[in-house]
Amino acid sequence: MANESATKMKPKAKKKKENGKPGVDKRGAEIVIDALEQEGVEVVFGYPGGAIIDVFDLINQSDKFQFILTRHEQGAIHMAEGYARATGKVGVVLVTSGPGATNTVTGLADAMMDSTPVVVISGQVPTALIGNDAFQEADVVGITRSVTKHNYLVKTLEELPILLKNTFHIARSGRQGPVVIDIPKDIQKHTLVNYAYPDKPELPGYHIQMHAPLEKVEQAWKLIHSAKRPLIYAGGGVINADAADELFLFATKANIPVTTTLMGLGAFPETHPLSLLMLGMHGTVYANKAVQNCDVLIAVGSRFDDRVTGKLEEFAPHAKIIHMDIDPSSISKNVKVDVDLVGDVKCILRDLNPFVERCDTEAWLPQLDEWKRQYPLRFVLPDNDLILPQHLIQLIDELADDNAIITSEVGQHQMWAAQYYTFTRPRTWITSGGLGTMGFGFPAALGAQRAFPGRQVINVAGDGSIQMNIQELATAMYYNLPVKNIISNNGWLGMVRQWQDMFYGKNYSATNLTLPARGAALSDASASDWMNAEYLPNFAKLAEAYGCWGRKVTKRGELKDAIRECLAGDQPALLDVWVAREENVYPMVPAGASLNQMIEGMA
Amino acid sequence: MMRRHIFYVLVENRSGVLARVAGLFSARGFNIESLTVGETDSPRISRMTIVVPGDDKILDQVRKQLGKLIDVHDVRDFSMETHDIVNRELVLCKVNAEPSQRGDIVEIANIFRARIADVSPQSMIVEATGSENKIAGLLKLLAPYGIIEVARSGRVAMARGNNESIQNARAVA
Repeated sequence: MANESATKMKPKAKKKKENGKPGVDKRGAEIVIDALEQEGVEVVFGYPGGAIIDVFDLINQSDKFQFILTRHEQGAIHMAEGYARATGKVGVVLVTSGPGATNTVTGLADAMMDSTPVVVISGQVPTALIGNDAFQEADVVGITRSVTKHNYLVKTLEELPILLKNTFHIARSGRQGPVVIDIPKDIQKHTLVNYAYPDKPELPGYHIQMHAPLEKVEQAWKLIHSAKRPLIYAGGGVINADAADELFLFATKANIPVTTTLMGLGAFPETHPLSLLMLGMHGTVYANKAVQNCDVLIAVGSRFDDRVTGKLEEFAPHAKIIHMDIDPSSISKNVKVDVDLVGDVKCILRDLNPFVERCDTEAWLPQLDEWKRQYPLRFVLPDNDLILPQHLIQLIDELADDNAIITSEVGQHQMWAAQYYTFTRPRTWITSGGLGTMGFGFPAALGAQRAFPGRQVINVAGDGSIQMNIQELATAMYYNLPVKNIISNNGWLGMVRQWQDMFYGKNYSATNLTLPARGAALSDASASDWMNAEYLPNFAKLAEAYGCWGRKVTKRGELKDAIRECLAGDQPALLDVWVAREENVYPMVPAGASLNQMIEGMA
Repeated sequence: MMRRHIFYVLVENRSGVLARVAGLFSARGFNIESLTVGETDSPRISRMTIVVPGDDKILDQVRKQLGKLIDVHDVRDFSMETHDIVNRELVLCKVNAEPSQRGDIVEIANIFRARIADVSPQSMIVEATGSENKIAGLLKLLAPYGIIEVARSGRVAMARGNNESIQNARAVA
């Protein structure tokens, strides 16, 4: 949202105060740069414009961080989220006022739902113009209030340093989340005398409890130890708290099976015999059966989301519930909790682990193994040369590097990736869980790639989602961020189509992405018709238009080589994989149904 | 269970804080019955008293989320606590008053320990402070004269005896 009308000001030379005080004189824009440097920021994603041009005037002078120019502000914030999720550090976004800031709103809501530490620094119109419907003005603190952990409109230059300090502290501490700091243009221009960046935040109303009371930890252990059918239900909080090692020790020492949420994938190795993979709406039958039959459910950094619990009244009906969470407002929000452990889950698990002994799960584990044998995740390859999306994910799993980072967009492909990719370590799975933001995966992959230039980053996409931020191919090429996009293309908005198929009498309203004339025929056409259809856009050619490697593959016989070629080399790539059109994601618990009522599909 | 909740909230005295607090109620469709804000003995800290009717479980969730707001120092739901609270409201009531009726109205005011804040040729303003019941009783007795307008401050509330949270807030301020 560039607005070039503002006059460019040359930064003044820094001058040291001679009166013995530590401070220096700095303009507001210089203070912003200094704060980024002091906070250890190594990369900033963003887009310039008139109300933030004073800060942009300085970004190339810092040797501490790199600025990455995106093609859309939404791309910038999802990149910051991807960076934050891959590293655990704060992702930083720099945008202008009005549309620049409002374009970050979806990303803020996304970061809020998934507790991702992000700081958005937005320019604002000059103080005197606020509220006057000035050019590119928006009430950013008003608009973002409910989708941020906190936000600030800076009112005076004097409060700018401490508010910057508070902003970073709030984003990265406690239950992490997005924070916006909105800085009027005049404050960026004016000079603060005797400035020094504060050492500590000033947040008297903000307290974080890291450790749960020890007597509660003991109480929890007694309950766990008395259990015959205990189950660990681990969520994204384990990953945010970097507590995967502590969780592993707890689960293996106690010999308790582990199921993870969509956000918790990678918190416990799925190759381990105690792993039950994912639970919930599209979780495994055995994970959901475990929930419904367990006698003690230990929720670790998870929040009993409706996609996990299904019908609340029938969720884990036989279980006493222990809940470890950093956020006191998560406790007993959806499910009544018997023992609440409020604190950082890493701290809680460290306090708990010394008590832990092997539990009596000798009868329970064979039962779970039996269910694993009886109800595996499964699909049947057809006789023809069609590619099944589940098989596509299995091949990616087989061919990707061990430490590859997988991102996803939102929809069927996301669920298949969650089901069929084997996650073994934290921060290797980056997806939009809570908000379900289509268009998240590709920019998030770019952010993760920027954080780890040497690692393989694969974005598993759907043909609908990828189009929501495909403009970031330019960013990928410009900065040579070699993200590998693999599109599972079925010509549908597949997840909505699946609901229409199962619950709306096959009324495929507004979900067919093929051309209308062809689409009308295609909805019940044979597979060969689909393979000969045209799809808009031609993704491979679109990639080529950006100078990016692109290829389309439709035959199963060619798939493995195509994936290999896509993953090889150190350049961005896009592979358009045409898959069987009307596969559904199974198993499935219909929305609002009990976890007992799984539709198995293939059974 | 549905009932009327009285929240006491100590907040940073900053712009936007009221919107944040009110937003937590409005986002869940609660209609705030009354809300008062004023500075405490520390100019940095304001005190809110919020009266909201609603479901206990959901409002308990709101209470926890209020506690999470960065600008909130302390929050309590008085109606969920056992100890006594002092609960007051100020009301100004302009009532029709012919000269011949003034004596009766003054008498009613006296019974309620209310004051006459203004006398005009055709009306009087009665000023009263008290609990909800007392205010309701006064208005009921004034109604036959013809109430022209009523302005109520909204309730303010305070726990009797020692109050730990307020002392903590002082220490912070």
